[in-house]
Amino acid sequence: MTIQETEQKIVDEFSAFDDWLDKYNLLIEMGKDLPLIDARYKTNNHLISGCQSRVWLHAELADDGKVYFTADSDAVITKGIVNLLIRVFSGRTPDEVLTADMAFIDKIGLREHLSPTRSNGLISMVKQIKLYAQVYKLKMNN
Amino acid sequence: MPAQTVFKAEMVRADFPALQQQVFNRPLVYLDNAATTQKPQVVIDRVRDWYEHENCNIHRGVHHLSQLATEAFEGARQYIAGLLNAKHSHEIIFTRGTTESINLVASSFGNKFINQGDHVLISGMEHHSNLVPWQQLCLSKGAILDIIDITSEGEIDLNHYEQLLAENPKIVAITHLSNVLGTINPVEEMIRMAHIRDIPVLLDAAQSVAHLRIDLQKLDCDFFVFSGHKAYAPMGVGVLYGKEEWLNKMPPYQFGGEMVDNVHFEQTVFNELPFRFEAGTPNVGAVLGLESALRYLHSFGIENILHYEDQLLHYAIKRMESTGKIRFIGRPKNHAAVISFLVGDTHPYDAGTIMDKLGVAVRTGHHCAQPLIDLFNVPGTIRASFGMYNTYEEVDILIGAIERADAMLA
Ligand SMILES: Cc1ncc(COP(=O)(O)O)c(C=O)c1O
Repeated sequence: MTIQETEQKIVDEFSAFDDWLDKYNLLIEMGKDLPLIDARYKTNNHLISGCQSRVWLHAELADDGKVYFTADSDAVITKGIVNLLIRVFSGRTPDEVLTADMAFIDKIGLREHLSPTRSNGLISMVKQIKLYAQVYKLKMNN
Repeated sequence: MPAQTVFKAEMVRADFPALQQQVFNRPLVYLDNAATTQKPQVVIDRVRDWYEHENCNIHRGVHHLSQLATEAFEGARQYIAGLLNAKHSHEIIFTRGTTESINLVASSFGNKFINQGDHVLISGMEHHSNLVPWQQLCLSKGAILDIIDITSEGEIDLNHYEQLLAENPKIVAITHLSNVLGTINPVEEMIRMAHIRDIPVLLDAAQSVAHLRIDLQKLDCDFFVFSGHKAYAPMGVGVLYGKEEWLNKMPPYQFGGEMVDNVHFEQTVFNELPFRFEAGTPNVGAVLGLESALRYLHSFGIENILHYEDQLLHYAIKRMESTGKIRFIGRPKNHAAVISFLVGDTHPYDAGTIMDKLGVAVRTGHHCAQPLIDLFNVPGTIRASFGMYNTYEEVDILIGAIERADAMLA
């Protein structure tokens, strides 16, 4: 699936629900499937700042030239949100990650989480994901 | 006599337009009053009236409007001085809010009276606004910031306070009412203890003015600061009360218009109190709104409101206890209408997010008091803070939201 296809799939999953609580129930469920970060990476170095809940994020560039993300959070809704991002961005080339926009977040009604002050730090997570991609892109070109 | 009448939220709810709305198709249950309160129609009207009919700059024009406006502005100062029982109305200085008032004192008093090796004393439950200005002052002066311990109940450890007073700090700055725990600190006793050693005391009254009767001469604090917006008044205005003896010894904080008496290119003679500390055009509309908010609040008798809020608080605590799922952060004996808690083992952010979707506006996080939250060894808290318009039904909705969040997150 392309990034666009994955995003559309997520939008479809959320559009099945009208009620906010059902959408959050879905997020909580998604949090349980989060590809968990290896314990040795769950350190302050991997902590994303700007979040009311703590989020640890790790990235690896595999031999296939794609970036794979793992993460964890101490809040389950945040885990769900991180997992959405990982579904969209993990297993992509650095270029794909760098060019993707975040319109799907708006479409599933999580736009409030995009405001710069929103305490779960979705913006910070996206920034960090793109930063990893940027670094790996430079590495690959060297 | 107001002290005999019974106050109920239902008497005032209709006065607050913002409370009449729905969020996520549910009636808004506004329990974030410690962050800011909603405004009654009289206050909104007062500010609108100012801009529609009275607006002009004060203290400077000889024209009719300017004189009326100056009278209204100075009238607000006198009203507030009288309400809080200050000795002189020129001890009331208008600022942008609590934060600016504390920065003014830390900067002006600090520069004059605090030197290398001196001590400054605050408590472990201060809002960042009553911590960072003192911390930065101490860092720049090479002074020492001492912190009074907080007990596990969320109260100031008075024995530790006594010990730290022996260091003869140049000033004590403490919160009257904790924005996180709801603790009403024994400030009268603490002021007395400091004054035995001639140490001045600043009270951060950001949270107390909306709930408690304030008698500045009885309290005898040296500085007293608050924000209008936490007491049903507009944002952008606050008060610094300082005893005349102190204010007269302190250098101006900002320089510019209105605070000067006589300006030459070489030197300037500063104006007298209170103008010396009010540089530039003040937020006149908000000052008038502040007067009108305090008049409104006190028209019901503040003791009556406090009594009502106290009963509401205890109803809320009892209902929360009976869910068997609540972990209270701080259980102070002298407790105002602020509750910090966690729902079971869930993260405050998770529970708060779900409660928000149920129309219940609570605050989650560290509430600008990170060191205090760290003391309790939690990632943050959920805070429900009540105001004069909150009802028993809203407490029931809060409990329902807690149960629902718990069920979804368990
Ligand atoms: C105890 C306390 N002090 C200071 C402040 C800062 O007030 P302001 O932001 O209005 O300056 C607050 C507001 O949250 C507070 O609760």
